[in-house]
Amino acid sequence: MGEMPIIDKAKCDGCGLCVSVCACGALKLVEKTVQAIEVDECRWCTLCELVCPNEAISCPFEIIIEND
Amino acid sequence: MAIKTDFLRSIPYFSGLSDSEIDTVGKYIFEKKADRGEILSFESEPADVLFFVTAGVVKIFKTSADGKEQIFRIIRPGESFNDVSILSGMPNLISAEAMGAVVLYAIKKKDLEVVLREHPQIAMNIIQVLSRRVQELVSLVEDFSFRHVTGRVAKMLLEYAGDGVGEKPRLTQQEMASMIGTAREMVGRSLKNLEAVGAIRLERNRVVITDQEVLRETAGIT
Ligand code: SF4
Ligand code: SF4
Repeated sequence: MGEMPIIDKAKCDGCGLCVSVCACGALKLVEKTVQAIEVDECRWCTLCELVCPNEAISCPFEIIIEND
Repeated sequence: MAIKTDFLRSIPYFSGLSDSEIDTVGKYIFEKKADRGEILSFESEPADVLFFVTAGVVKIFKTSADGKEQIFRIIRPGESFNDVSILSGMPNLISAEAMGAVVLYAIKKKDLEVVLREHPQIAMNIIQVLSRRVQELVSLVEDFSFRHVTGRVAKMLLEYAGDGVGEKPRLTQQEMASMIGTAREMVGRSLKNLEAVGAIRLERNRVVITDQEVLRETAGIT
């Protein structure tokens, strides 16, 4: 837990689209770039990544093999 | 609220129009607001209004008989939806839903017809918008019909995880899509399919391969 989507401040133009779709209140605009606050409610829905026109926010997945 | 003519000018539909033309068009446009989750047009219902998104994001999707949702397009500010149904006069083939708070500009079908007759430039613009749309859809159709996307996602996961030793960079759904040459919209659905057959388990930000055998079968590797 605790990890949040990764924001590339250089690419973010502060359009706020990600903020508008995030239901958990994790994202907010601060001086024209978006910032992510750690919230438990972020379920990694990846909607912020989906709607960003600039590929400035990303929700990467670790791909692992289960050890049994 | 007054319709912002600057914004109208930035919409592909209305590019190349003179100031007075934009003003005339603006008279037919009205504003509509919607909240997260609000359905703005329904599949199989005829559309009566053409929408332009001015703030926020709208998703265009279809729900299958078993309740799975497939997103076709994400409509960002400046883009339109409902146009195909409006212009063809046929029922909508897809639904549209506000992904958050949105502000829309709207024009009624009958008003659009008037505007089109009086300003042929708009008709030319619409042809361009729709041609681009057709191109995007053809590539999605290709993905659906020829490419067995779920199998390819399975293969990609197997190859990427390798023997499970060592740290590998994490992947976004966009990166997974690029690796197998498909649209991002296809990847989420494929991952869910793989989870349903028990090949993987989706955790918050992890894809855990639980059954390599099933994954290999789905990938067509025997
Ligand atoms: S992944 Fe979903 S919940 Fe998390 S920050 Fe992005 S939009 Fe919000
Ligand atoms: S959608 Fe992308 S560009 Fe817009 S505020 Fe969010 S991260 Fe920045």
